Amino acid sequence: MFGKLTLEAVPYHEPIIMITLAVVGVLGIGIAAALTHFKKWKWLWSEWLTSVDHKKIGVMYIAVALIMLLRGFADAIMMRGQLAVASAGAEGFLPPHHYDQIFTAHGVIMIFFMAMPFMVGLMNIVVPLQIGARDVAYPFLNSLSFWLFVVGVALINISLGVGEFAQTGWLAYPPLSGIEYSPGVGVDYWIWSLQISGLGTLLTGVNFFVTIMKMRAPGMTLMKMPVFTWTALCTNILILAAFPVLTATIALLTLDRYLGTHFFTNELGGNQMMYVNLIWIWGHPEVYILILPAFGIFSEVVATFTKKKLFGYTSLVWATAVITILSFIVWLHHFFTMGAGANVNAFFGIATMIISIPTGVKIFNWLFTMYRGRIEFSTPIIWTIGFLITFTIGGMTGVLLAVPGADFVLHNSLFLIAHFHNVIIGGVVFGYLAGFVYWFPKAFGFKLNEKLGRIAAYLWISGFFLAFIPLYMLGFMGMTRRLNNYDNPAWTPLLYVALVGAFVIGAAILVQLLQLYVSIRDRKQNLDLTGDPWGGRTLEWSTSSPPPFYNFAHVPVVKDLDAWWDMKQDGSANKAPAKYEKIHMPKNASEGVIISAFSLVFGFAFIWHIWWLVILSTIAMLVTVIARSYNEDIDYYVPVEEVTAVENKHLQVKQASQA
Amino acid sequence: MIKKRYPRLFSLLSSLGVTLLLSGCDFVLFDPKGQIGVEEKSLIITAILLMLIVVVPVIIMTIVFAWRYRASNTKATYAPDWAHSNKIEAVVWTIPVLIILVLGTITWKTTHSLDPRQPIDSEHPHLTVQVVSLDWKWLFIYPEQGIATVNELAFPANVPVRFEVTSGSVMNSFFIPQLGSQIYAMAGMKNTLHLIANEEGVYHGLSANYSGHGFSGMKFNANVTSQEKFDEWVQQVKQSSAALDADKYTALEKASFNNPIERFSTVTPDLYDGIVAKYTHSSGSNAHSLSEGKE
Repeated sequence: MFGKLTLEAVPYHEPIIMITLAVVGVLGIGIAAALTHFKKWKWLWSEWLTSVDHKKIGVMYIAVALIMLLRGFADAIMMRGQLAVASAGAEGFLPPHHYDQIFTAHGVIMIFFMAMPFMVGLMNIVVPLQIGARDVAYPFLNSLSFWLFVVGVALINISLGVGEFAQTGWLAYPPLSGIEYSPGVGVDYWIWSLQISGLGTLLTGVNFFVTIMKMRAPGMTLMKMPVFTWTALCTNILILAAFPVLTATIALLTLDRYLGTHFFTNELGGNQMMYVNLIWIWGHPEVYILILPAFGIFSEVVATFTKKKLFGYTSLVWATAVITILSFIVWLHHFFTMGAGANVNAFFGIATMIISIPTGVKIFNWLFTMYRGRIEFSTPIIWTIGFLITFTIGGMTGVLLAVPGADFVLHNSLFLIAHFHNVIIGGVVFGYLAGFVYWFPKAFGFKLNEKLGRIAAYLWISGFFLAFIPLYMLGFMGMTRRLNNYDNPAWTPLLYVALVGAFVIGAAILVQLLQLYVSIRDRKQNLDLTGDPWGGRTLEWSTSSPPPFYNFAHVPVVKDLDAWWDMKQDGSANKAPAKYEKIHMPKNASEGVIISAFSLVFGFAFIWHIWWLVILSTIAMLVTVIARSYNEDIDYYVPVEEVTAVENKHLQVKQASQA
Repeated sequence: MIKKRYPRLFSLLSSLGVTLLLSGCDFVLFDPKGQIGVEEKSLIITAILLMLIVVVPVIIMTIVFAWRYRASNTKATYAPDWAHSNKIEAVVWTIPVLIILVLGTITWKTTHSLDPRQPIDSEHPHLTVQVVSLDWKWLFIYPEQGIATVNELAFPANVPVRFEVTSGSVMNSFFIPQLGSQIYAMAGMKNTLHLIANEEGVYHGLSANYSGHGFSGMKFNANVTSQEKFDEWVQQVKQSSAALDADKYTALEKASFNNPIERFSTVTPDLYDGIVAKYTHSSGSNAHSLSEGKE
């Protein structure tokens, strides 16, 4: 009846897990009780969960990303703790079965369920506003993408309490991830959480590609597009090209595990090297999917806070495009030690190095934007300076790893771990957090607390160096990744330092939570009434904060690269138009939530081999999709009176605050 | 002024960095005991120094620009519309291109000279050791000596060793950090790795690719001795009562944690080829040619 699912699947004997579940349970009951008490269920459902408004979807993406940051960080601190104590024959507090799940989950969560949704969330909030659009091209699809991603999050977290997660490393190399060596449900949780959320990501890619290509305000040619939108465009092109590879690769692994095929097994002609190649053909572009928007954020931030035009816009755009293309011909540098010939290794090594040229150019562009500027040292610029220094070091170690001769001794060592955390924390995380502070007033109408923001940034930057410089050194000491315990006493002191660094990062995260709390508490003092709190340059700052649900009463006409700056200069900004027109908007839709809920059941049933439920949930999904396609009540017009009222109110507030 | 300061700072910083890294022999990659490792160490240092040509100025410029053009410094030039300069564009594209040209050339050359399957020139003929990764232990077969061991490796100094690496289970990576390169161990495939130790000593070896719950215990020592001591060791192993035949191998295939050292006085001939062939019998041995093809 329930397939492989029995009551034994719940890990009662693991105190760490049971306490976590208890805390999550109490929090969940508390939230549900509060919603009931304040009669907010209907509000939650109609204002948020079924919303197709790109801004609200963006906020929900980032909310989930921040929660997952906490989960991923909890994993990180447990790993550092384990390695600080598991020396000289000691086993530590995490046996391999648990520890191996933790490092796998840490990687999967941080990449797929923290970095990706953070990026998609920022893109959702900003891109339509930056290009002067009223929503994305396919608002319903956007809602569906979000909820499919949430299903992935749900599945990986269910694995904590029901069954187990994969113990294979975040990319689940076969044959270890095959049914012979991983007979449990862990890898199946991995498969279905990535497969379902990956579908959501692919749909996001389609949506934003079309949005950026087709929905730009009149006058905004490609070379007048803000840099963040440019990087978002390139990222979505990468998603469109790379994610189908991930889907297909995981599908083949699924066939191996469920139907006994031999694509990647040891026996009967299976080829594990094919899997490793395929997964990195997705995996390498994936890191550029994450970093390009961060580059875009830094470009916006650095121009805004130096009060200066971005230096070398054209070369920045070309550098982004070159990186987009090159990112597809470097994947083999992830496994120089597989035994390919010297010609192959040298080709991929040199191709990788070539990427450092456009990346280096970008760094210089940001530097020369600062040059002869008037730099205002607010939180986003501190992130940017921290990024410039940190990321340059990470880039250097990356190019070093691209030299096959060096990689032969550094591959899979803690040097590698330090390198990719250096570029992902120093680049991606710093970038997204800078974007978070920068666009927060746009999304919510008030600024975040500046002082706490700076403290958090300084703690993050110093915590990063404390946590990862020791890992670079340990790599030179021959320490390899994913070890559960070790007996080399020379490693222990550095691992202690790394643990301290992890605690400093933990403090940084706490300060950020505190910053959120304090900022919400004191929001009345930090209101952004103008819609343009930083003296911005691009169109998102031309509307109110938060923007009206239709974004722009009149679609702006763009004449210059920094469109809003240009309007402020020539005096056309802040003027009410002669008359308003009715606005065509999409209606909220519940089908995204419903389809995704069934896909959660579908994934869970597949994981536990509950076949009747697989069939039922498939039918339910199909029926919902068909029902949606017959639903013609999907849009409406906002009447002129409503638009006029909203706009006049904003103009009054704005003029009052400026007077 | 600025032009003068950079090279001095640069050399100071780099020498400081290198001495810091070289202090203490705990940094095994900077204390290599074999020719391959020595070459890889100097490759790492060369590459880092080359890249510091860009990295150090970038870090200095970040700090200097941020400080000099802070909003409160009203004396600094402010050029809000200055956003393009062909000169600067030329410099920021050319210098990275030049460095990558140099580094790319070095990469091409060293990737070929350090190719793991490239035999090492030596007056001594090479010794062959067949390496099989199992759950979770290393099996070493000495076909020329007709012996085998588990989690114990020995060979003479200054004699090139040809490791033929495969797996009887999942993927691992065979790695002795102080001697140099590592290579993946994969079922059905025979990877070749040539290493040499230039000094006697005990070098720590491990698996550098996660392979499951017992992965952390896949440690072994490589005892590098004189030729005489090595011959003695071979004789000792030959005294062992255990023999490695098909049955014993089946027993070894079973998963074990922190497997103790085991020694086998004899090995069934072609056992190793059998292990490789076990996974390549299928239609068109696709993978087998990977490392064999070029030899």
